[in-house]
Amino acid sequence: MPDKSTGSDKDKGITILGRRKISIGFVILVLLILMELASRATDFSIANGLASIPTAFVWMGTHLLPTTQSFSNLPTILSALWQTILMALAATVLAAICALFFSLMGARTVSPNAIIARATRIVAAFFRNIPDVVWTIILLFSFGQNMLTGIITLFFTTFGMLTRYFVEVIDEVCEESAEALSATGASFFQIFAQGIYPSTIPEVINWTLFMVETNIRDATLIGILTATGIGYVFNLFYTRMDFASCGLVIISLAVIIISLELTSGRIKRVVV
Amino acid sequence: MSLPGSEILNIKNLSKVYSKNDAKALNDVSLTINSGEFVSVIGPSGAGKSTLLRCINRMVDATQGEVIFDGQNITTIKGKALRRVRTSIGMIFQNYNLVERLSVLENVLHGRLGHKSTFAGSLGLYTEAEKKDAFDILDTLGLIKHAYKRCDELSGGQKQRVGIARALMQNPKLILCDEPIASLDPNSSKVIMDHLLQINETMGITCIVNLHQVDFALRYAGRIIGINEGTVIYDGSSQAIDEQHLADIYRSDQEDPPHQSAQATYINEVVAFEMVAHA
Repeated sequence: MPDKSTGSDKDKGITILGRRKISIGFVILVLLILMELASRATDFSIANGLASIPTAFVWMGTHLLPTTQSFSNLPTILSALWQTILMALAATVLAAICALFFSLMGARTVSPNAIIARATRIVAAFFRNIPDVVWTIILLFSFGQNMLTGIITLFFTTFGMLTRYFVEVIDEVCEESAEALSATGASFFQIFAQGIYPSTIPEVINWTLFMVETNIRDATLIGILTATGIGYVFNLFYTRMDFASCGLVIISLAVIIISLELTSGRIKRVVV
Repeated sequence: MSLPGSEILNIKNLSKVYSKNDAKALNDVSLTINSGEFVSVIGPSGAGKSTLLRCINRMVDATQGEVIFDGQNITTIKGKALRRVRTSIGMIFQNYNLVERLSVLENVLHGRLGHKSTFAGSLGLYTEAEKKDAFDILDTLGLIKHAYKRCDELSGGQKQRVGIARALMQNPKLILCDEPIASLDPNSSKVIMDHLLQINETMGITCIVNLHQVDFALRYAGRIIGINEGTVIYDGSSQAIDEQHLADIYRSDQEDPPHQSAQATYINEVVAFEMVAHA
């Protein structure tokens, strides 16, 4: 390449950089003004907010620490937690299987038909974009306060999320190899079994494990509404103002989720 | 098996438009290719080389025109019939398009999928004869010691040889190569082109190779097809092509005088690089 950077080009470069600096400054200014307006409208003061943080921690430290008495509730907590974990697992596994099938329909590279692909993605977006709390409240009418409502809720949202992730993974990882396999004359199932499945399995496991983790958290919240599992137990202690037992619930949840994260990290390392 | 010299591929008035507002990717292309030929398709980026190749095995459906392969009109065939035709057309890609997480051997055996039942193919149940063939092909391509390695451990040149092995495993009559050496260094490029030429000469398999590198095209192919903006500009022997033909093939509608010299500089660079590599 001949060296073409004349004086005028350099000047242009400088003005472009300068303009970028000005535009960043402008964006920050607009954000600050918006924040000020919003806090006036909602009577929120940043100073007061920051000042109350220590008090909040003091309250948590004094109330949420489990006492010896609260440990008598441990069997109840653990059995409820187990129920919640099973609920999350059942919903996630079921959703992952369905999502895998639907993502084959939705992925551009392998979908039998462009209209089916688009329809699949729209259905997935519908399930994904309705918050799980809303799903629960709607489903409570038909299924009542039980495990099934929670499982169906988690299934819907997980199905929506995983379909979207799997579609992206397939389109990203398999476009080229799927093209090559179909050029050899391989059929749809052969392309899936010999190309897509081996290429995507680490990502599929990765996302499914991730959804198990989030679903245990979400199942807790849903449990408050459906009166099942750890969420229900937490709510019970909370309304009884037994904060020490609430603290025990939080700690056991954290332990489970962290240990799950560590295990899934190990699984991921094996599958890569 | 078609006799050498007999017509294996006949393309009649082929046109392709991707979307209504776009220019034609292919514009009334007619070609006849005989069995055993080694043809190179050259032309600037976006000229329609890839589209032409993909219309032959119907990875892309042409908007107009006909493709007659080995005496059969394949322009509108579907499903099983199309898959059967594809089994006798191998394809090699710029990015190798292997299933990277599987072993070299498994990727080579993928060339048999079209010949097998959906069930056996899906589960990867290959016969002993097929496995033996795969090892023989890997041996000829110098990959036998990599047979059990995963493809993501291989270099670009090795991956492309796996791509060739997969195509050979199909026992094809025709091999389509879409920029097979565009991502390779000059040394590996030469190895790949030598293998393709050898396959063409010893096995009599017809090869159609899209190339970016004019010098490689001139050195290896007996026949050159030059394409610009979807139209065949030159179709003849590689000996008869001259500077003016190349200028026509690589001309662009925009005022772009340095383009020609850039191409020439590029060729010189490749040649210089090769001389260094061989020294």
